[in-house]
Amino acid sequence: MLNNSAENSNINESFVKIQNFFKKNKRKDTSSFLNKILGNKNLGDLIFEKLTLLFAVLVFLLVIFMGWEMYSHSILSIKKFGLGFLVSSTWDPYREIFGALPVIYGTLVSSFLALLIAVPLGISVAVFLSELAPSWIEKPLSFLTELLAGIPSVIYGLWGIFVLVPWLRDTIEPYLQNEFPNSPFFQGAPYGFGMLAGAIILSIMVLPIISSISRDILRSVPDTQREAAYALGATKWEVTKIVLGNAKSGLVGAIMLGLGRAIGETMAVTMVIGNRAQISASLLDPSYTMASAVANEFTEASSDMYLNALIELALVLFVISIIINILAHLLVWSTERKWK
Amino acid sequence: MKFKFLSLIIMIAAIFSATSFAQVKLTGAGSTFDYPIFSKWFDLYNKMTGIQINYSSIGSGGGIQQITEGTVDFGASDAPLTPDQMNAFRSKRGTEIIHLPIIMGGVAVTYNLPTVGQGLKLDGETLSDIYLGKINKWNDPRIVKLNPGKNLPNRAILVTHRSEGSGTTFIFTSYLSKVSPEWAKKVGNSTSVDWPVGLGGKGSEGVSGLISQTQGAIGYVELAYAIQNKLPYAIMKNKDGNFTAPNFITVTEAAAGAVKNMPKDLRAVITNADGKNAYPISGFSWIVVPKDIKDYTRAAALVKFLRWGITKGQEYAQGLYYSPLPKQVQKLDLEKVNSITSNGKKISVK
Repeated sequence: MLNNSAENSNINESFVKIQNFFKKNKRKDTSSFLNKILGNKNLGDLIFEKLTLLFAVLVFLLVIFMGWEMYSHSILSIKKFGLGFLVSSTWDPYREIFGALPVIYGTLVSSFLALLIAVPLGISVAVFLSELAPSWIEKPLSFLTELLAGIPSVIYGLWGIFVLVPWLRDTIEPYLQNEFPNSPFFQGAPYGFGMLAGAIILSIMVLPIISSISRDILRSVPDTQREAAYALGATKWEVTKIVLGNAKSGLVGAIMLGLGRAIGETMAVTMVIGNRAQISASLLDPSYTMASAVANEFTEASSDMYLNALIELALVLFVISIIINILAHLLVWSTERKWK
Repeated sequence: MKFKFLSLIIMIAAIFSATSFAQVKLTGAGSTFDYPIFSKWFDLYNKMTGIQINYSSIGSGGGIQQITEGTVDFGASDAPLTPDQMNAFRSKRGTEIIHLPIIMGGVAVTYNLPTVGQGLKLDGETLSDIYLGKINKWNDPRIVKLNPGKNLPNRAILVTHRSEGSGTTFIFTSYLSKVSPEWAKKVGNSTSVDWPVGLGGKGSEGVSGLISQTQGAIGYVELAYAIQNKLPYAIMKNKDGNFTAPNFITVTEAAAGAVKNMPKDLRAVITNADGKNAYPISGFSWIVVPKDIKDYTRAAALVKFLRWGITKGQEYAQGLYYSPLPKQVQKLDLEKVNSITSNGKKISVK
């Protein structure tokens, strides 16, 4: 008891000291001209605020600067090929004719196919984790799905070469060809390497992104919604439908963030996709993506035009992924705001 | 007193100049193909002379760019500079560029055919038609004719190539361009080309990964890589009509065969070379340096190193699976090195 009261009085004393210090300082401040700028803010706070603002603006400027740099370093190819760069399908470094259509096609199609596989899976995982799973399953499962996101992509690529590709070549692709002999999607020799392998690798890589963001979105739907539905006698399935409906735009955002990852992925894709700039309906045929083309060809690109074309490719990729990311964030943000 | 002071200065200068080499740090950049032997050389050379050489293996294209910008003392490239690149160098640096063949390498044609094993025989026309997509089965009559008694399967040929630009591709497409007019017209010769057919693998390991995973695949890798990884490789018919396997001797012989027609600037592409046992898909790798170097100390150190690399350095080639330069090429190289100047002045080093 004695001890306690001694401590208390000590605390009280120091509290009074601090109060006095602030009073003194405030008096000093009112006399200085700084006060006019500061209003009722503290000087330290102001510096802190402006400093962080500066860094935030710097990040923004960095993005602009990157875009500008890429533009200025691809000016040769932009001038020579113009919009034709986006629609021509010859990529001939020897004759210095560059058209990006096959790699743009490869990027978009492989990412789209990846989403086709990853979205149903990812959202199912998210629904299970946020709506159905008891917490002793939910915690380790969440951890595991997020762990998938942390594996370096070259590991996925190696796994692709040594496990996925032989499996596709010997089992899946012959099966698909047998089942759908006339389908344009399964023509050509089954080598394992190709669009299908690329899309599957990508889908595994975007799955954790889609599932973990979707889970957070579903959790942000207030429990009152669920309680109201249960009170009206809804089943678990019906409640889930309502929750999903309310979180719709946020889920679309999560999917688009996954798309953003898929579009920019380089290493794992280049190891299994076959690296051939062509447009083919068949999923068994090799393809090529923008990110892989840049990563593959940059080191030995010896002529200026070649280098410019590759940087322009990077610029196209940059613009596409910025657009996708902005849209995605707008959607996620709008759902979260709706329920706050 | 004055005299003493002067002699002191001279003495200091003498000490300084004697040790100055030890403080010289040269930098180079370029070819990844050269990197293993360069790191061996630079390490040895540093121990011998104190001259430190830093090399970044950023790729031939990058090496040419850096030497053109003047950010490094020498560049290394598996393909000679194009006339455009040489013009760019001239206008930027105000001096000529010198090409010095520094080491040699062969390109092995490797394949995955368990029923055939080692020693598939091919000639230039057949190989180029395979890469043009005109021959697409292993039991094509033209392959069968070259390989009597071999069990060639009725299997589709999967063509593979490097997905990134590479000196290996330059040598390979140079060979195809020489043996096939159609290839020269349709595709051409460059560090990366628009391939008519096939899959691309990143790096030698990517290509050999594709091949080892797929029966019926064919591809090309650096000879060193094929030997180290015990890949089967094709025996190629050379210009003289003999079948030769790629190895240190046959690759070096290709260079010897090309010496007669060596261009003055040593930008010789020696694929499909003359010579009884010459392996036809062989090539030089070059060190490229400016003809006139402003800084005398650096110029002297570089010249000294180049002389060593061109002669003594070649002894280390074989151990690292490269092929050494033949004596005649070493001689031509040394003449070129002697023509390097510093601000127009000759360079005198022992």
